[in-house]
Amino acid sequence: MGDPATTPLSGATILVQCLLEHGVEVVFAYPGGASMPLHQALTHVSDRLRTILPRHEQGGGFAAEGYARSTGRVGVCIATSGPGATNFVTCLADAKMDSTPLVAITGQVGTPVIGSDAFQETPIVEICRAVTKHHYLVMRTEDIPRVLKEAFHIAGTGRPGPVLVDVPKDVQNREIVVHDWGPPMNLPGYRPDRRADRADLKKVHDAIRQSRKPIIYAGGGIITAGAAAQLKMFAERTGIPVALTLHGLGGFPSDHFLCLQMLGMHGTIYANYAINDADLLLALGVRFDDRVTGKVSEFAKHGKIVHIDIDPSEINKNKVAHIPIVSDVRHALDDLLRLLDEEPRSAESPTLRHADWIRQIEHWRETEPLRFADRDDAVLPQYAIQRLWQILKDRNRLDETIVTTGVGQHQMWAAQYFHFNRPRHWITSGGLGSMGFGLPAAMGAQAAHPNRTVIDIDGDGSFLMNVQELACCFTEKLPVKVFLLNNQHLGMVVQWEDRFHGGNRAHTYLGAGLDEEPYPDFVAMAKSFRCGARRISEKADLEGAIEDMLDSKGPYVLDVLVPYQEHVLPMIPGGMTVRDIIKA
Amino acid sequence: MRHVLSALVQNQPGVLAHISGMLASRGFNIDSLAVGETEKPDLSRMTFVVHGDDAELEQVRKQLDKIVTVVKVQDISSEDFVERDMMLLKVRCASAQRTEIVLLVEMFRGRVVDISAESLMIEISGREQKIEAFIELMRPYGIQELARTGRIALVRGQPGQGDVL
Repeated sequence: MGDPATTPLSGATILVQCLLEHGVEVVFAYPGGASMPLHQALTHVSDRLRTILPRHEQGGGFAAEGYARSTGRVGVCIATSGPGATNFVTCLADAKMDSTPLVAITGQVGTPVIGSDAFQETPIVEICRAVTKHHYLVMRTEDIPRVLKEAFHIAGTGRPGPVLVDVPKDVQNREIVVHDWGPPMNLPGYRPDRRADRADLKKVHDAIRQSRKPIIYAGGGIITAGAAAQLKMFAERTGIPVALTLHGLGGFPSDHFLCLQMLGMHGTIYANYAINDADLLLALGVRFDDRVTGKVSEFAKHGKIVHIDIDPSEINKNKVAHIPIVSDVRHALDDLLRLLDEEPRSAESPTLRHADWIRQIEHWRETEPLRFADRDDAVLPQYAIQRLWQILKDRNRLDETIVTTGVGQHQMWAAQYFHFNRPRHWITSGGLGSMGFGLPAAMGAQAAHPNRTVIDIDGDGSFLMNVQELACCFTEKLPVKVFLLNNQHLGMVVQWEDRFHGGNRAHTYLGAGLDEEPYPDFVAMAKSFRCGARRISEKADLEGAIEDMLDSKGPYVLDVLVPYQEHVLPMIPGGMTVRDIIKA
Repeated sequence: MRHVLSALVQNQPGVLAHISGMLASRGFNIDSLAVGETEKPDLSRMTFVVHGDDAELEQVRKQLDKIVTVVKVQDISSEDFVERDMMLLKVRCASAQRTEIVLLVEMFRGRVVDISAESLMIEISGREQKIEAFIELMRPYGIQELARTGRIALVRGQPGQGDVL
C-alpha cells in the first residue's frame, strides 16, 4: 500500500482503517454478498484486528454485547444485507434496552438498486430506528470516516447504546483518496455530558440529613459510569443500605454489610421491605422498570424520591421524582462526597445515625433470608449455582470469573445465588430478556478476556436458541463453560402456569416424552462440536463434575439434570406490591 | 391542555420518519405536525401541536430531545408566540354566489386563488379557530376539497430585538 494520503482506498478499506483508529481489537462478523468487500479488507489487518466468525448473526451481535459489557468498550459486529441484517434486530433491541455500547455494521445492496426489492435487500435502517440509539445509511464513500467517528462517539458516550451503520456495496467498493481521517462530527443536537448542579445536590444532601430511613436503589448506571468505588464510599460515609437491580449486581459488593442484594420481582424480601418502608429513596442510574417496581404507584410510596440519571427522559417517566437530577452518576456521587466532606464531622458513626432503621433491616434479613428447601434425591438448580459459586470461591477464582446467562428461571437463580463483588463480572439480558443470550455473550466476554473463566449459566430452552455458537467457541479457541440447568421445560413460563393458570402446560415442555431420555442429547451434541461435555443427575456427582468443567481446557458443556417443579422465590407477581410477595 | 412544540432538527433523510415513528410507538397523540426548511439550509423546523397533561408533554419533549438529529426542542405555548395554519379550500360556487363568497373571503382576509365556472379555490391563513370558523361558513355552499398545512409557530421578538408585529 502506498502513502495513505494520496493512494485511493476502497470504502471497505477505509471503514476497516477507521475501526483500527477507534481502537477496535475484535469484530464478530458473518459474511455475505453485500459485506464481502469488508471481509476482504479485514483479512489485510488480521494481525491487528481479530475477526471472529460466529455461526449466526444473532450470535455475533450478542457476542459483541458480551465483549462490550465485560470491558466497557464499544462492541462491534458485522453482517450482510437482508437476512443478515434482520438477524441483528434482536441484538440491537437488546443493546438499546440494556444501554450496551454497540456499533453494528451491515452491508446493503448497491445504491442504484436500493428501493427496488433487490436480492437480499431490506430497509434495515427503517426497521431499526426504534431499537437503536442512532443509525446511518452511508450513501457516499467520503462520509465513512465521519460516520464511523460519530457512531463510536454516540455508542459509547452519555447513556450508551447501539448504533447501526448500513453501508451499500458500491460505497464499500468505490475508491477515493481520504484527506482527513478525523473529520469534524456533525452532531449539533447531541449533548452526552451531564453534570448535576451543586444546588441540586445540596438538596439531596439535606434530604439525607433529614432522613431516618434512607435506602439506595442502584442500577446498571453505576457500572456504566464506572461509579462502583464512589457508590461504596458514599454508602459507607452515609451508612445507607444498598439494594441493586439485576444490572446493578456487582456495582456494590454483595458481601458488604450494607448490601441488601437484588430488589424487585425476584429480589430479596428484606430489600423489598426496606424499599417499601424507606422515607428516602436514592435512585442511582436506574429507570424504575416494572420488574423492579411492580405496581408503580405503590412503589416506595412512603418516601421522598431522589432520581439521578444521565438520561433526562428517564426522570419522571415511570415515577415522579421529588428531587430530579440529570447527571452522570459518578460525577454526582463525587460531588455528593465532597459535600459530605464539608459537613462538620460528628462523633457518631454514620450507621448510628439511623441505628433503628439498620436494626429493622437486619431483623428482616434474619427472619426472611433468601432460601430454598434443598433435596437429597435431586440436584436443585439453586443448589447447583450455590455450589458452583462456592467452588470458585474456594479456588480463589471469583474475581476473575465472568458469568453470563440466558433468560428465565436459571437467570434469576444465578442473580440470587451467585454473588458478585465487582462490576462487569455479570452479563445478562435484562430489559429485552432475550433467550439465547448466554452462550454468545460468554463467547464475546471470553474473546475480550482470553485468560479468565467465563461461565454461561444457562437453561435448556435458552441454550438451544444459539447452540450453534459452540462451533465458534471451538474453532476460535474460546474455552467458554456452559453450566446447563436442564429441566426439559421453559421453567419460568411453567412457574407462571403453576401460579396463574392452574398448572395447564401450554407448549412449555421441551422434551421428547416422559418415558424418554432427556432430549436433546446435549452431551452428544456438544461432542459433535468437539467440545467437552458430561451429564449428571445425582447430587453426589455435582462437585466433581464442576471441578472437571473448570479444569477443562476447551469449551465445555456440563448438562445438569434438574427437576422442573422448582419456582423462583420470593416473587412479587407482575403489577402487584410488596404486600403480595409469594414466599413459598 | 394544548401545547405547541417547536423543534429544530437536522435536515437529513429519515428524520421525519424517526420522529413520527417514535411518537407513534410511545403512544403520543399529535394533533398537527408541520415541517419545513429554515433560514439555515441544514436545519428544518418541526411544529407539533400536542394535547396532554404536563407529565405527558414532558415525556414528548424529552423523547424528542433524545433523538440525535433533534437539535433543540422548545415548548412555545408558555411564551408569547404567533401561530398560523394555512388552508386551501375548493368550494362549490355558482356564478350568482361569487360576490357573496368573495365578501366572506375578504372579511377573513383570505384570497381567491383560482376560479372556474362552478367553483372557487380560496387561500386563507390564521389561527386554528379562524380557519375552523371559515370552514363552517363554507360548509353550506358545499366544500369539494380542502388541504391544510398544519400549525406553524414562532416566538415573538423581544422589544428592541427586531420587528414586533
